[in-house]
Amino acid sequence: MHIPFCQHKCAYCDFNSYAGLGRDEQERYVAALLAEMDLWAARPELRGEQVATVFVGGGTPTLLEGRLLARVLTGVRARFPLAPDAEVTVEANPGTVDVAGEKLHLLREAGANRISFGAQARQDHLLRRLGRIHTAAEVEEAVAAARRAGFTNISLDLMYGLPGQTPEDFRRTLEWALSLGPTHISAYSLIVEEGTPFYHEWRAGRLDLPPEDAEEAMFREGKALLEANGFEHYEVSNYARPGFKCRHNLIYWRNEHYLGLGCGAHSFLRLAAPLPNLGAPRPGLTASRVQGGSPVETAPGKPGQQYRFWNLKHPGTYQAALAQGVLPVEAGEPIDRREEMAETMFMGLRLLEGVSRRRFAGRFGQELEEVYGPAIGRLVAQGLLEWNGEWLRLTERGLRLGNVVWAEFV
Amino acid sequence: MVDQKHIRNFCIIAHIDHGKSTLADRLIEYTGVLSKREMEDQVLDTMELERERGITIKAQSVRMEYTADDGERYVLNLIDTPGHVDFHYEVSRALAACEGALLVVDASQGIEAQTLANVYMALEHDLEIIPVINKIDLPSAEPEKVKKEIEEVIGLDTSIAVMASAKTGAGIKEILETVVNFVPPPQGDERAPLRALIYDSFYDSYKGVVTYFRVFDGTVRKGDRIRFMATGKEFIVDDLYIFRPGLTPVDELKAGEVGALAAAIREVKNVRVGDTITLATNPAQEPLPGYRKATPMVFTGLYPVETNDYNRLRDALEKLQLNDASLSFEPETSEALGFGFRCGFLGLLHMDVIQERLEREFDLDLITTAPNVVYRINLTSGELVMIENPAHWPDPSKIESVEEPVVRASIITPSEYVGQLMELCKDRRGTFITMEYLNEKRVNLQYKLPLSEIMYDFFDQLKTRSRGYASFDYEVTGYEPADMVKMDILVHGQAVDALSCIVHRDKAQRLGRALVQKLRKLIPRHLFEVPIQAAVGNKILARENIAPLRKDVLAKCYGGDVTRKRKLLEKQKEGKKRMKAVGSVEIPQEAFMAVLSTDPDDDK
Repeated sequence: MHIPFCQHKCAYCDFNSYAGLGRDEQERYVAALLAEMDLWAARPELRGEQVATVFVGGGTPTLLEGRLLARVLTGVRARFPLAPDAEVTVEANPGTVDVAGEKLHLLREAGANRISFGAQARQDHLLRRLGRIHTAAEVEEAVAAARRAGFTNISLDLMYGLPGQTPEDFRRTLEWALSLGPTHISAYSLIVEEGTPFYHEWRAGRLDLPPEDAEEAMFREGKALLEANGFEHYEVSNYARPGFKCRHNLIYWRNEHYLGLGCGAHSFLRLAAPLPNLGAPRPGLTASRVQGGSPVETAPGKPGQQYRFWNLKHPGTYQAALAQGVLPVEAGEPIDRREEMAETMFMGLRLLEGVSRRRFAGRFGQELEEVYGPAIGRLVAQGLLEWNGEWLRLTERGLRLGNVVWAEFV
Repeated sequence: MVDQKHIRNFCIIAHIDHGKSTLADRLIEYTGVLSKREMEDQVLDTMELERERGITIKAQSVRMEYTADDGERYVLNLIDTPGHVDFHYEVSRALAACEGALLVVDASQGIEAQTLANVYMALEHDLEIIPVINKIDLPSAEPEKVKKEIEEVIGLDTSIAVMASAKTGAGIKEILETVVNFVPPPQGDERAPLRALIYDSFYDSYKGVVTYFRVFDGTVRKGDRIRFMATGKEFIVDDLYIFRPGLTPVDELKAGEVGALAAAIREVKNVRVGDTITLATNPAQEPLPGYRKATPMVFTGLYPVETNDYNRLRDALEKLQLNDASLSFEPETSEALGFGFRCGFLGLLHMDVIQERLEREFDLDLITTAPNVVYRINLTSGELVMIENPAHWPDPSKIESVEEPVVRASIITPSEYVGQLMELCKDRRGTFITMEYLNEKRVNLQYKLPLSEIMYDFFDQLKTRSRGYASFDYEVTGYEPADMVKMDILVHGQAVDALSCIVHRDKAQRLGRALVQKLRKLIPRHLFEVPIQAAVGNKILARENIAPLRKDVLAKCYGGDVTRKRKLLEKQKEGKKRMKAVGSVEIPQEAFMAVLSTDPDDDK
């Protein structure tokens, strides 16, 4: 679920989020989210399914008032059956949770059992450079408050390769983060995205990014330090204590189905009924049936065509569609077998465990090497991929050259 | 049938943008060949044709009829020429078909380098030159000053000059009267054997090659068996035409007249501009003077990006050649680029136009290697070889001496830029010839320059250093000895044939350094270190290393937006596809053109 509000837009961020929107706006947005849930609850796709994970991301979900945030979470529960052990994560900005913990308590009550703080760095000058609205001390306070509110599954987001950051800075950041006792740490190398303030500085030659060696040192030393402290490096940018991998993100990486709610949210589902704006029906779907709105005809033995689709990006147009009682889908694309295979590969190879030959054959009825033999051969020869029993995975070197590997599968 | 004394054959010479085409349109309109309405249609058609035929529209000819103030009716044949230096020879043949020329000069711009080159050519052909000071309606027009410039610089008598505005129509009648009164009538011998000068041709899929000519002596009729004197080929005339301005059939054309013929000629190479047409049954003793075969001056390798487009490229070149006999090509193979063609062009503009047409009209993705001129190499064995491809450069131990083509360049510039431009010419191995003041502010600078030195970015540099004010023209004057060497580029220890180039020994070091630096930026990082070296023989002149790629990984998960990730990866893969693999190194297309923009000054 996407909450597109921020108090202030960070210098590196190109996500779909907006600063400076008022309380009325937030209220209307949450109402729209609930309306979107209603429409999905009435459709066949999720019927009879249990929801395994919920992730409220942003933007800054915790910029919403506690009661609104709680309304979102209880709204999900009221419409979709959650699995008894469902993972329910809320992303939080340490600058937007009160020390008294009222908001955090409300979240707990509404069923949140995992909280992910954007901590980013130990050094306040780096936080300022990033445009963050909080200090390191506020991170400490927020984590303590979460614990008091009953959160035991706490994740911290950190960044490295930042302008002005040294390997020493990052080492201190990690040690500090570890001292806060998280179950999970995401450590992202900065990507300078087009259209962000950082991008403009970079174009103008004013972004003092650390040299290649330093960035690499941050990655290597960081990985070693986290592993020495009992964290498993399980995805390119993610580390977890045993039993605390982010189950929600594993769904993306294992290329399983999910429903995205909110403006600009992406979904991957097998559709059982037509959706607006998905283009011409594919073979297996007959035009008249699609237009008529009755259940989609599918190829024999297949329960429906898989689609990736995404919602209208702007909160205004998103709400306008829902005001008409229509799902706010902007566009989408059918995912055929070949594409599904490719995505299974390039998403799965983000995980350090890799892609299981057995699971691949089980899913597609075709051997991994039959489909990708030459590419795998090349990448193994280049020292970027390796076999670990029946798992194909990135090597140490491949971990730093993921794009080279993944591009071979698209 | 018109008497020769009632015929006037003339052309228009002008610098680009000085208003030549508009003036021609006004003349056509005034003489009533076409109504204003038809004019518009005609102009549109011409543009369509121009698009189809591009630069091969060398001469647009039109036959106008005009009743002069003396009460007599005259036939005025206007032969319009493109005037670009690349087509120098074609232009000279078109001029040879005329007795007079309108020299159109923009009243606010004055004389430009191209104007001069064309005027001198017209004078060589003894044409009567009528200055037309055009665009006098412009607020910035200074017709008297321009007139004075024409007198002083070219030494033309401007007493017959006409002040005109093709835009408003001012002076059009005066131009026609001046043509009638001052351009001499043709003085051919109608009873002599046929001699007609070919000044252009184009290919029509229905009629075959349509040949444009001017009859000097004798008469040609439908059904005649004609012979092209240079090629010796004979054909039966199916149709004869005059230009009204479209092809309008006639039964015969006599001495002094201009027209076209179709004779089921399938190959354009049989019809050579400058050749003389005579009758097979009653041939002339001597052809008209001045014929020579158009020789390509600039060569480049053209390769399809997609190797399986090779046949399409060959078909496209063949189609273009139908209309353009000066385009030459032959298959060549490059280790780096695979199968392609070594193509010869009259000059750089010609090369650009052909390349663009291949890409646009035939939808081909091409890799072009750096262009080079044709070198004359005297071998120690006493043999003389012409080398148009660096790959065929002989072993240095077998080379006695090398000669390169040189040009006489004429640069007209405001005097304040003379210093800068002289420096540029010096840097390009130029030799100063003369400098003359056109007036107190403008200078005509003459230099001898190697053709190879003006191929790359000379024109851009000229414009930059003169803030756009200098104009430039050149004429190839011959071959001169030069100390040229072949420079090889080694990528990852392997010489890449398509990157080899011929450079002057004194410049090799500088160019080599600039080129490897450029390539270091253009060739992406690989999984291993890639050294790039420039070498002459066994001597390494410069070296750069491309450090191995250490990190290329998307750190973020875009909140379930797998589509975005896939698009990024697709883009990455697509980029790789457009590169050429040389050994284990992927070289992007731009790298093969790198030599073109390698200005050693860049890195000073």
